[in-house]
Amino acid sequence: MTDTLFPAATGTMGQPERRYEAREKVTGSAAYASDVKLARTAHAYLVTSSIGRGRLQSFDLTAARALPGVIDILTHETIGDEIRQTPSIYGGGYMADTLRPLGSAEIAHWGQPVAMVVAETYEAAREAANLVVVSYAAEVAPVAGMGSSVATGQALDPMGFAVGDFDTAYRTANVTVDANYTTPAQHQNPMELFATQCVWEAGRLTVHEPSQYVNNVKFGLAAQLGLDPSRIRVISTYVGGAFGAKGFLTHRTALVAVAARRIGRPVKLVPTRAQGFTVSGYRAETRHHVQLAATQDGRLTALRHEGWEVTSRADTVAMGAVSMTARLYACPNITARVNVVAADRSTPGFMRAPGEMPYAFAMETALDELAHKLQMDPVALRRVNDTQTEPVGGLPYTSRSLMLCFDTAAAAFGWQGRPSEPATMRDGDWQVGWGCATAFYPTHAGNSAARVRLSADGRVHVESAGHELGQGMYTMMAQVAAEELGVPIAQVTVALGDTDLPPAVVAGGSSSTASVAPAIMAACDAIRRRLGIATGVPADVMPAMEASGLGTIEEFTEVRAHGTAPDSLRGLYRGMALPAGGVHLPDRVQFALGAQFVEVRVHRRTREIRVPRVIGAFAAGRIINPRTAHGQLVGGMIWGIGSALHEHSEIDTRNASYINANLADYLVPVNADVADVQAIMVEEEDRLVNRAGVKGVGEIGVVGVAAAISNAIFHATGIRVRDLPIRIEHLM
Amino acid sequence: MQPFTYSKAATSDDVIAALTGEGVQLIAGGTTLFDLMKLGIEQPRRIVDVSGIGGLDEVTLGPNELVFGALASMTDVASSPALQENYPVLAESLLKAASQQLRNMATVGGNLLQRTRCNYFRNGAMYACNKRNPGSGCAALGGVDRGHALLGGSEACIAVYPGDWAVALTALNASVDTQSPRGLRSIPLADLYRLPGQTPDRDTELAADEMILRIRVPAASYGRASTYHKIRDRESYAFALVSAAVMLDLDGDRVRAAHIALGGVATRPWRAPQAEALLTGQTLTPARALDAGRAAFEGATAGHHNAFKIELGARAVADALMIAQQRSTGQ
Ligand SMILES: Cc1cc2nc3c(=O)[nH]c(=O)nc-3n(C[C@H](O)[C@H](O)[C@H](O)COP(=O)(O)OP(=O)(O)OC[C@H]3O[C@@H](n4cnc5c(N)ncnc54)[C@H](O)[C@@H]3O)c2cc1C
Ligand code: SF4
Repeated sequence: MTDTLFPAATGTMGQPERRYEAREKVTGSAAYASDVKLARTAHAYLVTSSIGRGRLQSFDLTAARALPGVIDILTHETIGDEIRQTPSIYGGGYMADTLRPLGSAEIAHWGQPVAMVVAETYEAAREAANLVVVSYAAEVAPVAGMGSSVATGQALDPMGFAVGDFDTAYRTANVTVDANYTTPAQHQNPMELFATQCVWEAGRLTVHEPSQYVNNVKFGLAAQLGLDPSRIRVISTYVGGAFGAKGFLTHRTALVAVAARRIGRPVKLVPTRAQGFTVSGYRAETRHHVQLAATQDGRLTALRHEGWEVTSRADTVAMGAVSMTARLYACPNITARVNVVAADRSTPGFMRAPGEMPYAFAMETALDELAHKLQMDPVALRRVNDTQTEPVGGLPYTSRSLMLCFDTAAAAFGWQGRPSEPATMRDGDWQVGWGCATAFYPTHAGNSAARVRLSADGRVHVESAGHELGQGMYTMMAQVAAEELGVPIAQVTVALGDTDLPPAVVAGGSSSTASVAPAIMAACDAIRRRLGIATGVPADVMPAMEASGLGTIEEFTEVRAHGTAPDSLRGLYRGMALPAGGVHLPDRVQFALGAQFVEVRVHRRTREIRVPRVIGAFAAGRIINPRTAHGQLVGGMIWGIGSALHEHSEIDTRNASYINANLADYLVPVNADVADVQAIMVEEEDRLVNRAGVKGVGEIGVVGVAAAISNAIFHATGIRVRDLPIRIEHLM
Repeated sequence: MQPFTYSKAATSDDVIAALTGEGVQLIAGGTTLFDLMKLGIEQPRRIVDVSGIGGLDEVTLGPNELVFGALASMTDVASSPALQENYPVLAESLLKAASQQLRNMATVGGNLLQRTRCNYFRNGAMYACNKRNPGSGCAALGGVDRGHALLGGSEACIAVYPGDWAVALTALNASVDTQSPRGLRSIPLADLYRLPGQTPDRDTELAADEMILRIRVPAASYGRASTYHKIRDRESYAFALVSAAVMLDLDGDRVRAAHIALGGVATRPWRAPQAEALLTGQTLTPARALDAGRAAFEGATAGHHNAFKIELGARAVADALMIAQQRSTGQ
């Protein structure tokens, strides 16, 4: 893989500083949630439902209880009413879904936790869990997913919209495209499992859990357990990958907390990889109907995008990214709609570019179909329809460098001279094809607070309860403080991932840097003001600090993000700091944009698919650390290869179960599948999005890759595949 | 997983002595056994570790015979330059299997006894599975069967034999030497693996107290004209969608004898005699190679999601034949 790093800026911001916690991670001394050693820990193991819909009839716990080392077994019958019913995030609460943990005999989905065994050792807990005999009543077959039942989908009216007159424009158009696309269920499968440890001391609960939002866990748990939130502390020093799966409170945390209280000892739960498929949310399968119409010279005259998404019966969850796909290109007549199909499945959630990935696959493949019909270069088609104003509400983009991304990536790729006819490039037995697609991700930010302490010896300590998911949060926080106070980065220490720290936004929506950097900047401003130093310009604070004779200066600030409600700062202190922005602002739209270019090879006879090259160029505002940003982008693009060719949670429709819930059978790209992947960061200045000028790079890398690959496969073979993952059988 | 005791054997006689009684299993690299124990499929009470037995990891590539000690690691065998040069089909079948880490641990003897990847078999008691729980039925019939067998299945089981090495060995007429309380014997690979029939719970003819000591392969002067062609969903670290092990005895363009076996599509390593017969005495052309590939799949029965493998498999066999031919003339 080759690197193309952002050109160096002055100061530490913009520099490829090495990871703050690099040594700890490389040497293995970084303690993740399940590594934290607590005295007298008991171990828990989940028993999960083997049916997709029905009721628990009875438990036979005799054999399990008789096993040496077993301490306690929680079921809906034995747990009592220690856990309250609380709403999900979709109903204004904290939970990832609305079911009550071990709340009743109802089985809503396969893999639902139905019991938790607590024992002296992990092995005893696991063996006892295997000995728990569960009897079910399953009279009605579960609805496993979309199947052929899209017709019975329910339209979500608030997510739909229309401008102009789509029907007339489409009917009278010269050139049209009308196609359906599907994407499968997918799971985030972070390397670190969904571990939880709980310990009670003098009526206070400490939770060690990998989390994208420690304050969500704290306040949600307080509500579930009827506790004063001040009695709960949640610690998440390192997170071994999250990708949306660790965003919101799941059933397991309250179960472990209750078990620890019942037995008066710390309890540790590490659900298995397979259980992880239903412990948290996932990317539900989607289906799309796209219709496009254009003039002979490629100008879009009508655009329709309708999406269907699977949801659970308990929660109506839809990513509904038509709100974005309909705003990317100039077009006078647009109609968009989102539907959900309720199934007997666990509640879906967020997975890296939750709606953007599947909706972009549909829209960006449809555009390629249009380019082909028009006999137009796909880049030229995007250029003809480029706009600085989104076409639905007429709002301006704060900045938009889409065509600069296309031109940069196209040049790096060598796109010029690409034959427009498919199935014309060949290298021995391999058919060669080139495809491209737009990448987009809405720019979000949420309310956050930070505390910065400057000491007379030049040391700086920065605190904010943001989250280190591997994306580079520690490093970014150190860089911002070092820059603002003019001290070397080596003098900065950082604390994050702890509810005892100043609260910060959920680490979701690629918003962490855009949210927390401004809070740190504001705290540094306050320090500078106390020292009589002007803000907003580079300065070394140390001479003034020495002159002041002070030992330390400490400042706490909170910053409200653009687009959040006036009273939303209170939510920051209640675990309710959710990002705002993107297409949900009254005055403007905010997007990071990019262009993905892909070369594929398809074997003439065996139809094996290879991806020798992926080149993406991205304009995402200011890049604070090109090294970690590059890791995010390249990682996203590789994920994009997986989203196109590999990832697929396979469902047996008879009991609505996942049958490949392990990393041997749930395929992701391995090194051999990843050849040359280049991420180019296109320079872009955006002073409007937020004070840091940051748009976020956590998710955009994955967006558009699947479309670019399907477009390249079409170019290689002449076969248009509209269903993911694209596999050999599609091309036979 | 239930508790078990562990002991280490110093000689194969120790092993055989220890293999008496219920619930005893020997363990070599452990990459299959521990996996199956965690899944609750294997539930041994006693484990006898054979990895310390001396002499059973030796590999000799002789003029008449190749002998692989059962305890040689996949990595060691696969990285032998002489094997890569003279029997690429064998080296490739190992190199294209599993991952480097697994190959470092796994033995070529244990490899033969890996069990099916059928998800219903592996995913626990919630699914009917005659292999795991005789008489309970077969959830794969009518389920997700993209990975299931087109050849050799029965109404009781359509589970694919997943390995690669045994497919290559089958093409080359290999056999295993075994030891049991009843003495030593030799079993041709063609007889080692059972068709599922009505008793899919038994994968092989090996007795519970029988140990594989060595694998023997008759030497072939034309071993270079061979390949293991494995088609999978990703480029590495995946089981075969289809694979073809091919070795050709050529007289110029004419085929004296063809060895062809299929992987990923059958309930056991699958020799394809119809395909071999079609080539014998004929000139090998791409068209004839494809005819042979198609012949290899005569009688294949497709399920819901695996029908594409009939054509894919035929093409894989054809490509393998052409690669083998190229290697022969390339010398
Ligand atoms: C994730 C994963 C991916 C894999 N991918 C592939 C692949 O692509 N292709 C492929 O071919 N294989 C693949 N494998 C299987 C792998 O090759 C086998 O697990 C390995 O070869 C088994 O060897 P072992 O020495 O570890 O066997 P063990 O686990 O030690 O033993 C396996 C079984 O054989 C018995 N046994 C072992 N040695 C002997 C002996 N000498 N005599 C009698 N019985 C014996 C044991 O009792 C046990 O029942 C994969 C495995 C995993 C876990
Ligand atoms: S195919 Fe065989 S292994 Fe798979 S479920 Fe059926 S009986 Fe079991």
